[in-house]
Amino acid sequence: MRIGATMHKADWGAMVGRVAGILVLLAGVLLATGLCMAAPHDNPVPSIFDPHSTPAESIRHLSHFVLSITGAIFLVVFTLLTYAIVKFRAKSENPGREPAQVYGSTQIELAWTVIPVLIVAVLFAATAQMIHAIQDAPEPAGAMDVTAIGHQFWWEFRYPTLGIVTANELHVPVSDPAHPTPTFLRLLSADTDHSFWVPQLAGKTDLIPNHPNETWLDPHDTGLFLGQCAQYCGTQHAKMLLRVYVDSPEDFKAWTRKQQQPANQDEKEAAGRQVFESTACLNCHAINGTNGTGRFGPDLTHLMSRRTIAAGAAENTPENLRLWIQNPDAIKTGSLMPAMKLSDTDLDALVRYLETLR
Amino acid sequence: MSSDAIAIQTAEATGRPWVETLHEWVTTVDHKRLGVLYILYALVFLLIAGLEAMIIRIQLIRPHNDFVSPQVFNRMFTMHGTTMIFFVVMPVLFGFANYLVPLMIGARDMAFPRLNAFSFWLTALGGLLLYFSFLGGNGLYGAGTAPDVGWWAYAPLTSRAFSPGHSSDYWTIALLVSGFGSMGTAVNLVATIISMRCPGMSLGRMPLFAWLNLTMAGMVFLVIGPLTAAQLMLCVDRYLGGHFFDTQAGGSATLWMHFFWIFGHPEVYVLVIPAFAFLSEIVPVFSRKPIFGYPVMVGATICIGFVSMSVWAHHMFTIGMNSYANSFFAITSMVVGVPTGIKIFNWLGTMWGGRIIFKTPMLFCIGFLFQFLIAGLTGIMLATAPFNWQLSGSYFVVAHFHYVIVGSILFAIFGAFYYWYPKITGRRYNETLGKLHFWLFLIGFHLCFDLMHIPGLHGMPRRIYTYEPGRGWETLNLLVTIGAFVQGIAVLVFVANLIISYFKGAKAGNDPWDAWTLEWSVSSPPPAYNFAAVPTVASRRPLWDLKHPEDPDSRYE
Repeated sequence: MRIGATMHKADWGAMVGRVAGILVLLAGVLLATGLCMAAPHDNPVPSIFDPHSTPAESIRHLSHFVLSITGAIFLVVFTLLTYAIVKFRAKSENPGREPAQVYGSTQIELAWTVIPVLIVAVLFAATAQMIHAIQDAPEPAGAMDVTAIGHQFWWEFRYPTLGIVTANELHVPVSDPAHPTPTFLRLLSADTDHSFWVPQLAGKTDLIPNHPNETWLDPHDTGLFLGQCAQYCGTQHAKMLLRVYVDSPEDFKAWTRKQQQPANQDEKEAAGRQVFESTACLNCHAINGTNGTGRFGPDLTHLMSRRTIAAGAAENTPENLRLWIQNPDAIKTGSLMPAMKLSDTDLDALVRYLETLR
Repeated sequence: MSSDAIAIQTAEATGRPWVETLHEWVTTVDHKRLGVLYILYALVFLLIAGLEAMIIRIQLIRPHNDFVSPQVFNRMFTMHGTTMIFFVVMPVLFGFANYLVPLMIGARDMAFPRLNAFSFWLTALGGLLLYFSFLGGNGLYGAGTAPDVGWWAYAPLTSRAFSPGHSSDYWTIALLVSGFGSMGTAVNLVATIISMRCPGMSLGRMPLFAWLNLTMAGMVFLVIGPLTAAQLMLCVDRYLGGHFFDTQAGGSATLWMHFFWIFGHPEVYVLVIPAFAFLSEIVPVFSRKPIFGYPVMVGATICIGFVSMSVWAHHMFTIGMNSYANSFFAITSMVVGVPTGIKIFNWLGTMWGGRIIFKTPMLFCIGFLFQFLIAGLTGIMLATAPFNWQLSGSYFVVAHFHYVIVGSILFAIFGAFYYWYPKITGRRYNETLGKLHFWLFLIGFHLCFDLMHIPGLHGMPRRIYTYEPGRGWETLNLLVTIGAFVQGIAVLVFVANLIISYFKGAKAGNDPWDAWTLEWSVSSPPPAYNFAAVPTVASRRPLWDLKHPEDPDSRYE
């Protein structure tokens, strides 16, 4: 019971010092993360502190401002608390004597009311300005419109002006700040709530059924940017991954032209096409140029132009396609893709056919 | 386990069979026994919810881990969150309020003892219903499952199309039932504090503990209503063909969000204000000084109560509200930081110039002060709406609110356990084990929740059962899991201390801390009906006046 009391004052000092040390170290880690978390361009870490698009850059700018203010508050209060703990710890002398009984001080309490109010005013001004700048940005003439529709558990992207429908991998043109060609996304949901989040391009915006939302991005650099669904949407929320390819204007034009073509109809693979058209595939999937017009699953017209299948859960290889068709649970338990239970012959033919959909 | 212990001892003392003792506890309307029941009930659920947290952390220890299936993982985080909020933190706080408020204000019981018992058993039923879902969640046509819709159960994931069976219904009914229990306790606390104070105890002389619980109870009135209404609407949607949240039929998913968060955010303050109450009793006693700025502390608490009612949509910055609404909820969320800051400064002022004694309760309170400071500052980051568009729904938020609920509220609760343990059991706890608990928990906490901010900043969303390798999240998640286990071990040390000390602890005496409020003037544990003669007080620290007749507080107030 009294073991604690046998510790000497020096131990107490050391102990308090240790708490302080641990807390400083950990707070330092937190702040350091905040201030210098810049990942290199080809790094797949989707850090919010490595932005490549105006909304994300503005947010990083604001976050530095907020972090410096909160960091300063932290240092001041942390120092005061630590000082109080070290300085006013009970000393062994006069164990029975009580310290001066102080009930309060109007001036001091007024000071620590007014100063925070002023800080709040400054923070709010910066915040309101930034909310307006990002959220109320007008859509310029050169902007491209895309409709993103969240599904359990994949993304549908429609380009209404270009007549393109694709899934999970969004292609957008790079936006030169001198002649901006931002992409404005209209966000819809086919079922539950989802959230569109590509940290390096913009903050997240939810896709809510019956409640259309908007967001925009104007990537300044080409490359692949990773994101994923950020609003819990059901069993496979974790594997609702999102890839945004930012293409140079030429690459984007080439991609567009390719996507606008109807599906490749290689007569050598007519058997596989026959499997697609005669089984349940076409209830959910569309291939432009066949009688498959289903909309519950991703459009497969240019399936092979995508690097991944199952919303980024697996690489788009023939082996994975086979596995995905025959036993989707092996890749993504709880996805709405049913196991197709095809014969080996049919499965081979179907996969060979799908491989021609470039 | 401790309840058994208490029961056994009572049986021995009175020589009656255990069935009678059990019957006595089940039918009790005594505020102290009900307080103990609340606390023990919460402790059991703390262990269960802690186990769920461990399952979550083992699953996330490395990418593409398959320790549990996605379905089980989703149930685990839903049950962990729901249990911790509704069946651990709320009951434990109600338990301490029940036990201590009458003692502190010189009353012999709560205003409505039968309502008190009814409220406890409703809460208990709620928890049992929630966990019965493991057996009965799928109704007649299969084995049971727990709900898997997340603790805020956003529409339309809870509609019959996306949540078949009855798992969501168990969640709904459990919260509905325990909500009525919370309302009953709130009514009781308000009535008791307003009308049962002993002679001389004006509102201005009440211990801050009573003031803060009064504010908390007032908030419960306001916030449980919307939650109850939302649960009933959800039941109507699921079983009576309603369309409140049925988006396919023109219902609104955002309506649920508003209903839920106008409960959900003030709920955080419902939980943290009683934690403030613990601090406001423990910090002065172990600094040997009265609370600094009592009137301002009361004012700041009431101010927090009001302002926190207008901040709920800061949980919804990403749902596409217009820029005016976003700005409004940003400013209100920042403003609530001002009275909260005042409280931190006033506790600092209380310690300043004091003679700080580092017993376990005080260690936990000091931990609270540092961690609540950080939680408040990350809260300001989250209130900055554009920054929030990046942070919300990520592991940064998970780290932030665990800083509030574990780093602050749970630390304060542990402090309260150690501080009032001698009063409630009549025994002293083991100080060495208490300190071991503190240091282990502190290290585990910081390892776990400090590092957890970083994957969020690197784009890791919450509620994912697995993640892709190569995104820089692996090492951090491994360390976070280790931290979680260190905390788990610390909690076992805590429980062991409670049990061992109950049997082996030295007798505590009436007033082991040389404290100043009325509960320390009676025996430990206090006798039935608390006070043989109703006390009369002349200041905020009646026992100080008693111990220092030459320099009583009553001279200054």
